[in-house]
Amino acid sequence: MPRGKKKLPEVSSGSMADIAFLLLIFFLVTTTIANDKGILLRLPPPPDPLQEQLDIKIPDRNIFTILANSKDQLLVEGEPFEGSMDDLKNDVKKFILNFGKPTPDGIKIYNSLPAEMKAFVNANGRNPESSDDPTSLKSIVSFKSARGTSYDLYVGILDAMNAAYNEVYASRVGITTEEWLSLDRSNSIQKEMYSRGRSGIPRAISIAEPD
Amino acid sequence: MPKFKKNSNTSEDIPTAALPDIIFMLLFFFMVTTVMRETDIMVKQKIPRATQLTKIERKSLVSYIYVGEPKNVSIYGSEPKIQINDVFITAEDIIGFVNTEKDKLDEVERDQITMSMKVDVDVKMGIISDVQQELRKANALKILYSTIKRAAEK
Repeated sequence: MPRGKKKLPEVSSGSMADIAFLLLIFFLVTTTIANDKGILLRLPPPPDPLQEQLDIKIPDRNIFTILANSKDQLLVEGEPFEGSMDDLKNDVKKFILNFGKPTPDGIKIYNSLPAEMKAFVNANGRNPESSDDPTSLKSIVSFKSARGTSYDLYVGILDAMNAAYNEVYASRVGITTEEWLSLDRSNSIQKEMYSRGRSGIPRAISIAEPD
Repeated sequence: MPKFKKNSNTSEDIPTAALPDIIFMLLFFFMVTTVMRETDIMVKQKIPRATQLTKIERKSLVSYIYVGEPKNVSIYGSEPKIQINDVFITAEDIIGFVNTEKDKLDEVERDQITMSMKVDVDVKMGIISDVQQELRKANALKILYSTIKRAAEK
């Protein structure tokens, strides 16, 4: 019998699937899909003892106050608030787009709004007791919580305030809020859209220290 | 007479020869997406849900702070604690932690450092506010409240 013709011993591959299954289950169990999303917030810089405290007087009508106590009860604009976070978001949105007594800059922003937003302003806004216009220092959304407020509620309110602003920005450029949130700022077209949506309307969210 | 005769000679077995390949494909997917956890989290972490999420663009600029009730209540008690890397710290130690984290970054990027706060839903705002005051002192002003996506109800 010639030597080269010797039959090679075969490794049985029948259990290959089982081995792969075992590994698969191991990785399935150990996998945690990394979650790196959340609500971004910029803290104010630390108080400078050398610098005098600037005391800017802002009229009450230009501040939308949300207060939360340690029992997780809300006081919005001086009234107890029982509604959902969605209602709160709509109230904040109406406050931003009030245009009660617009400055020249505010009029410019109003004129740049798409038609359906103008209709929104004229239907819900124009209240002289609410914010003047959405430019800086003319409408501020302020939130103050207590030390006993739950983190869950805090995040919920932060979310509602951001949602109101994002809705305004998104409808200014004519896209949905979802599309607004997924804008990629490394892309020049989308970046232009982003800055067009935000121009003139700063995200004026003020978070006060809890006491 | 029926026009079509049923051909009953075909075998009804599903070929399973490609099964290992399919399993391997799944296996590779999970192997690639798996991130092994580098720190052992010792506090409860039930992350709150929100709708308006921003994604972190540069992961290298992120440091994590975990806050929650300790998992091992018999040793650490049930008051919420702050965990960094593998240890519990008090709010006063945060400045030191931020400075060591900043030292790892390039000088130009140090102001861009983002602190990701992974906080349990049952925590009260008091401890969060203490952490934030320390972060302000340490000049780490960008913070991210880590949340999970909640589908917006229509």
